[in-house]
Amino acid sequence: MVNEVCFRNMDLDRSWLLEQYRSRGGYDVLARILQERTPPGEIVDIVKASGLRGRGGAGFPTGLKWSFISHNAPGQKYVVCNSDEGEPGTFKDRDILRYNPHQLIEGMVIAGYAIGATVGYNYIRGEFWEPYERFEEALAEARSAGFLGKDILGSGFDFELHSHLGAGAYICGEETALLESIEGKKGQPRYKPPFPAHFGLYGCPTIINNTESLASIPVILEKGAEWFKNLGVENSGGAKLFSISGNINNPGVFEIPMGTPFSTLLEMAGGMKNGRKIKAVIPGGSSAPVIPGEQMMELTMDYDAIAKAGSMLGSGAVIVLDDSNCMVKVLERMSYFYHEESCGQCTPCREGTGWLYRVVNRIESGRGRPEDLALLDDMTTKIAGRTICALGDAAAMPVQGMLRHFRSEFEYHIEHKRCLVG
Amino acid sequence: MGFKNLPMTTVKPVGNKEALFSSELRAEIDRWISKYPEGWQQSAVMAALDLVQADNGGHLTTELMDKVAAYLDMAPIAVYEVASFYSMYERKPVGKHKICVCTNVSCMVNGSDRIVEYLEKKLGVKLGQTSQDGQYTLKEVECLGACGGAPMFQIGHKYYENLSPELIDSILDGLE
Ligand SMILES: Cc1cc2nc3c(=O)[nH]c(=O)nc-3n(C[C@H](O)[C@H](O)[C@H](O)COP(=O)(O)O)c2cc1C
Ligand code: SF4
Ligand code: FES
Repeated sequence: MVNEVCFRNMDLDRSWLLEQYRSRGGYDVLARILQERTPPGEIVDIVKASGLRGRGGAGFPTGLKWSFISHNAPGQKYVVCNSDEGEPGTFKDRDILRYNPHQLIEGMVIAGYAIGATVGYNYIRGEFWEPYERFEEALAEARSAGFLGKDILGSGFDFELHSHLGAGAYICGEETALLESIEGKKGQPRYKPPFPAHFGLYGCPTIINNTESLASIPVILEKGAEWFKNLGVENSGGAKLFSISGNINNPGVFEIPMGTPFSTLLEMAGGMKNGRKIKAVIPGGSSAPVIPGEQMMELTMDYDAIAKAGSMLGSGAVIVLDDSNCMVKVLERMSYFYHEESCGQCTPCREGTGWLYRVVNRIESGRGRPEDLALLDDMTTKIAGRTICALGDAAAMPVQGMLRHFRSEFEYHIEHKRCLVG
Repeated sequence: MGFKNLPMTTVKPVGNKEALFSSELRAEIDRWISKYPEGWQQSAVMAALDLVQADNGGHLTTELMDKVAAYLDMAPIAVYEVASFYSMYERKPVGKHKICVCTNVSCMVNGSDRIVEYLEKKLGVKLGQTSQDGQYTLKEVECLGACGGAPMFQIGHKYYENLSPELIDSILDGLE
């Protein structure tokens, strides 16, 4: 039950080529929709019923998001794909771009048909030059085969798709910052509401989805909502790509059904490196609160199970840490990241992320004060929920998670001015 | 609706755009402009800066940013804002090869510290510096979305993964 959705052609040689994608039924769904003139509302309903939730991190139901845009509303509308992939630990969208770009293209054309948009952009992070070139080649192939452009397959439906390259800014993964960035500005998030469905790219109604969400669409429409939903578990439909990295033997991206035990995923990834003991797991990208290893070994990989354990599935980026790691050092590195990447618009985030980093840094370097942990606790509550975008929460949550589960390690650091481990 | 979204254009278009860049560069920038709606040529600013930077040996100058502004009918300040916001633009000269080492968590727990140390020794520079001969700049970067190949770095357009000192030697030897 692996590799059934976004990775369905992974076993093929040069899987990214159009002919290979076609050999697995690629673009058949699009052709059928255009030929039968499937009512757009029907497509949105199928996506809704499939239980697909946004794979970019927030887990918002994709079909519901699409239903916010009326197909018949006049004026230009846009489909935007978020291939900014910057959440530390996440490296799955890169594989979709490299190995299955046509499925993303097909998904975006279908999304355009469903909401009545004729133009799409794929925002690819600037560092992903090689995946970008691969995607561009696929665009050219799709255009010349008539799957993109004017009057697709003689249906009268037009859809043009372009790549836009980022230039290094984690915050551009936030959807409204990404839209600002396409508009040629600094990537600073917008206030919401209005949401992109009403006021998106160039002020027009826009749906923005993660690469994996959009690439899942063709398979959902081919095999049906029930099929997809039943791959997974309650509240977590389908299969998902998990990027697993850290102190393990065989890191990589695995497509497995939602609800798969974490222990199975760890086994697929070759288990712990050097036979060491699992200490902790960050289950959904570095913004997700850490979970102790033993507890994680009992959990399944789905939204509800991870949420019940006090964390989040996020983008499905699983970072596995063994018992040689000092958690203070790990947190210091993460806090540095959020401080670096804050866009600076809101005071609690701009000042708070720097403050968090400096306090964790002084604990790590043996200058911690007894009152520092209470100070950190207090600061996180004053950042989270008080900012324009979720980067503020993303900075606060890892601190809260570490202090919840590994507090004694921080206390040891403060008291003895050195690590408990190593 | 009370919201408007217009290009930030505040400047009068300059007349002689052909004089700003070579015809090759203009063709590249124009290809990007054509992706965006009429009047939104400023959407091509990121690509234009990237192209101009590459053409200038890896960094931007105020003069070049001003030219990009003129070419895209933007206010110079709007271009400076973009150039200073994104980490891939360099506003100071860099070496011929910019080595961007990821030190984020997955790379860190797989020994990125040792990779940085090795590079610093080998090249005789610290993170953020350029070697005396102008060949290399060593830069620390955030997660590059290749954590499965940790530790890793990027040079130019290319990712190099699962680094070891031996591998680094052969990679650097192979650079032109
Ligand atoms: C700071 C920040 C960074 C984000 N980075 C990404 C990203 O790299 N890729 C992504 O798809 N979504 C990212 N998101 C989530 C997006 O804002 C948005 O929810 C998502 O693209 C919607 O698509 P989905 O519903 O298909 O997941 C980020 C959010 C925040 C607050
Ligand atoms: S929370 Fe941080 S990153 Fe988000 S808008 Fe505010 S300052 Fe910018
Ligand atoms: S942590 Fe280094 S590439 Fe992701």
